Amino acid sequence: MRFIDAAEITETVKRLCMEANYHLNADIADALKKGFENEESEAGRDILLKLMENAEIAGREKIAICQDTGMAVVFVNVGQDVHITGGSLADAINEGVRRGYAEGFLRKSVVKDPLDRENTGDNTPAVIHYDITEGDAFKIVVAPKGFGSENMSALKMLNPSDGIEGVKRFIVETADIAGANPCPPVIVGAGIGGTMEKAAILAKKALLRPVNIRSGIEYVRKLEEELLRDINRLGVGPAGFGGRITALAVNIEVFPTHIAGLPVAVNIGCHATRHAEAVL
Amino acid sequence: MRMGETVWIMNRRNGIIRIETPLEPHMARKLKAGDAVSISGIIYAARDAAHKRMAGMIKEGKELPFDIRNQVIYYVGPCPAGPGRIIGSAGPTTSGRMDAYAPALIAMGLTGMIGKGSRSKEVVSAMKEFGAVYFGAIGGAGALLSKTVLGEEVIAFPELGTEAVRKLTVRDFPAVVVIDSMGNDLYVSGREKFRIVN
Repeated sequence: MRFIDAAEITETVKRLCMEANYHLNADIADALKKGFENEESEAGRDILLKLMENAEIAGREKIAICQDTGMAVVFVNVGQDVHITGGSLADAINEGVRRGYAEGFLRKSVVKDPLDRENTGDNTPAVIHYDITEGDAFKIVVAPKGFGSENMSALKMLNPSDGIEGVKRFIVETADIAGANPCPPVIVGAGIGGTMEKAAILAKKALLRPVNIRSGIEYVRKLEEELLRDINRLGVGPAGFGGRITALAVNIEVFPTHIAGLPVAVNIGCHATRHAEAVL
Repeated sequence: MRMGETVWIMNRRNGIIRIETPLEPHMARKLKAGDAVSISGIIYAARDAAHKRMAGMIKEGKELPFDIRNQVIYYVGPCPAGPGRIIGSAGPTTSGRMDAYAPALIAMGLTGMIGKGSRSKEVVSAMKEFGAVYFGAIGGAGALLSKTVLGEEVIAFPELGTEAVRKLTVRDFPAVVVIDSMGNDLYVSGREKFRIVN
């Protein structure tokens, strides 16, 4: 049995909220640079250059990369031999979000009720996903999700007979409809299989994988590469002004599913697709 | 040649058109989809909740928080300003959510909108009728764009926090004309130019 103090979790979440919002991850920064080298559109090249400059300013001056500092999505892997002391895990995480967004001058974008729409004023609650693992490890990932891209995400329960072609069509279609809204170049996260909610969570988790790492499953890797090529043939381009670099990567996660189903979820991430993690 | 035109040509350097607000309709009508612009002067920040409130005021016959004639609205909900700063990160939000409200504002004299993402047929038809233009700012470049803001003042609905109406003074705010007053749309033409049909 290992004991972790709730206060330590709060402190970590606070720090991760700020870190994720200020610092563009290195894999994405590299992908933007590579995109700049390959972009044929003059306007597109200019946008990519400005996005790189934006990341530079944000990191240096510790201001948010984007004003939509998102709803805080938190993934926690808790070992089954871990015991949290000094308060509840959920409260500790939400307190960390509250402090991170207040002290980090991040925008409070969460409303109390989806229809009443009164702002909670402190960006809580976070959306928390828990995974119980073996042993006594504790890992936490904070992934602030902006809604320009979240709103362009989609889920479809395909028919098994739609097969891989149906999956490809739906993913490319979703990126096409998204157009300029999700701040391209985007990162496309897809979850295939499981049940409806499992596919959605897989798609969200797919966005956490670095853009320069392909799936370890051979056919999935091929699918990721083909989809990236097809999405970059759409012509949307950086900021949607027309160009070759519409997406930086397509990340796909798969899971066993039912004999009657083929769920596919597509979670679109913006050019920044923020996430920061810590192991306690 | 009208006086405005002289200024226009003199201000066109390095292919970037310099715009000083307020933006009069005859100026707005000269802008073409794809033009790179640099905006200076006063612009007004307003997004979802502020638009809903303003629509309510119009319905009740009340005065809007600012005279909207020949003005430019920027769809933005900025981050709070840290110590010693004028404003936090301040990039564009998705404009489509303001489509329900924009035509009435255009009819009242709004000549420019800054945001990101596509607009509805109703907005474009109002733009054509009254001579308004839609600028695309760089989505996700809030840190960079915040550097162009020299002044910020909340002028209405402070209780809305980030969604309050703000008067912003900007210098050299970079944008691109996405939809012009003829209805030409860069999101469509730009995409067509680079689209590869399998």
